[in-house]
Amino acid sequence: MLSALKAIIGKDIIMEFKTKQMTSAMLIFSGLVIVIFSFAFDLSMDVLQKVLPGMIWVALIFSSILGLNRSFTMEKSNDCMQGLLLIPSDRTMIFLGKFISNLIFVLLTQIVIVPGFFILFDYRFQGSVALLSLVLLVGTIGFIAIGTFLAALASNSRMSDMLLPIILFPVSVPLIIAGVQSTSFIFQGQGFEAFSSWLYLMIVFDVIFLVIPYMLFDYVMEV
Amino acid sequence: MNQSISLGNWHKILGWITFVLVSVSLYFIFIYTPEDVRLGVVQKIFYFHVASAWLAFFAFFVVFVTSIIFLLKRSRVYDVIAVASAEIGVLFTTIVLTTGPIWGRSSWNAWWSWEPRLTTTLILWFIYIAYIMIRVSDMEWEKKARLSAVFGIIGFIDVPIVFFSIKWWNSKLHPTVIKEGGGGLAPEMLFTLILSVITFTFLYFYLLQKGIAIGNMRNKVNEIKDKLKNAM
Repeated sequence: MLSALKAIIGKDIIMEFKTKQMTSAMLIFSGLVIVIFSFAFDLSMDVLQKVLPGMIWVALIFSSILGLNRSFTMEKSNDCMQGLLLIPSDRTMIFLGKFISNLIFVLLTQIVIVPGFFILFDYRFQGSVALLSLVLLVGTIGFIAIGTFLAALASNSRMSDMLLPIILFPVSVPLIIAGVQSTSFIFQGQGFEAFSSWLYLMIVFDVIFLVIPYMLFDYVMEV
Repeated sequence: MNQSISLGNWHKILGWITFVLVSVSLYFIFIYTPEDVRLGVVQKIFYFHVASAWLAFFAFFVVFVTSIIFLLKRSRVYDVIAVASAEIGVLFTTIVLTTGPIWGRSSWNAWWSWEPRLTTTLILWFIYIAYIMIRVSDMEWEKKARLSAVFGIIGFIDVPIVFFSIKWWNSKLHPTVIKEGGGGLAPEMLFTLILSVITFTFLYFYLLQKGIAIGNMRNKVNEIKDKLKNAM
């Protein structure tokens, strides 16, 4: 079980390390988002405090879509999907493996992008860095969990690039609301109690959308 | 597999019952019920609005149930029901989302407000538009049925979460949430409302039967097409 999981994650990481396709695309895209936002809005310091949480989440979600789109469609070339399906283990391991490798790539880009927002907008962050990291981590886990699952679902279609955002965004609405809300509480310099209910909502979302895909993944992967 | 293609007597009976009920409801809505004191004649849209909302939620619930049964039994009948129901649900959610702003404009002087019920309905609409997008994508029917069943389950589970998150979100911004109807509904109005909800339920089953019949016919045509292709 675990060796299969390790093999899938290892394969994805080696592939990414050799090609650097996913992370570079996500980084460039997020950078462009920052540039476009800086033109789109006239940003003073107090306006920044209000809109920056939303911007960070938009950049996170839109750049994740790029990576998620690739994660299953790249297995289509050379019939790699068949190879994955032949692993001597549960098929849900494919889901878990892909989820973890996607999570690693998205978190890596976030480590670069979130400080990038602060630097490029010259914003002096007052809140707690630990809390911000916690919220972003919990939010990303949920988004990548449901995203990986729906990417697997969409990859069956020939227009998967178009289909994925359409099916993923409505389903992830609660997570995005909770994420943006708790991030803006952190930006106002408030403590854990102020947004704890939002964080719990995100955790509930994470649990539900890790368990249900786990149960339903076999149906998605059937040939 | 194709035993339910002929619509038969039940469909006719259901059609006539729906026809009579619709006529009676229209009488009750436009003639029997008094006009609202403050809102005037615009308030009548309320009966269509609430009944469509009920129908839409019911339709999506049917999608959820038939999706689960389809994954367990793999019988094409349930797939056909799920699709027909989803299409009806999207249609009536669209009606809800168009009648709502018309009523809202005259009632609280704004086309739209990001209030829990409105926002959830909008998200619900988007989720089932996505469902239809999976349906129209280019796949073999078994794959399509399987994937849309999975999405039908996920989407329906997501709706209560959306509802609660949006409820929390707004209660912090402006606590006075506009209530639909509320408790101060005149008895005649309440009766008409219940009647229109019942009427719309019959309408749903009538439309569902039609949708199933069309779905079955479509499947049969595809079968014949395949046979012809193989013969050539």
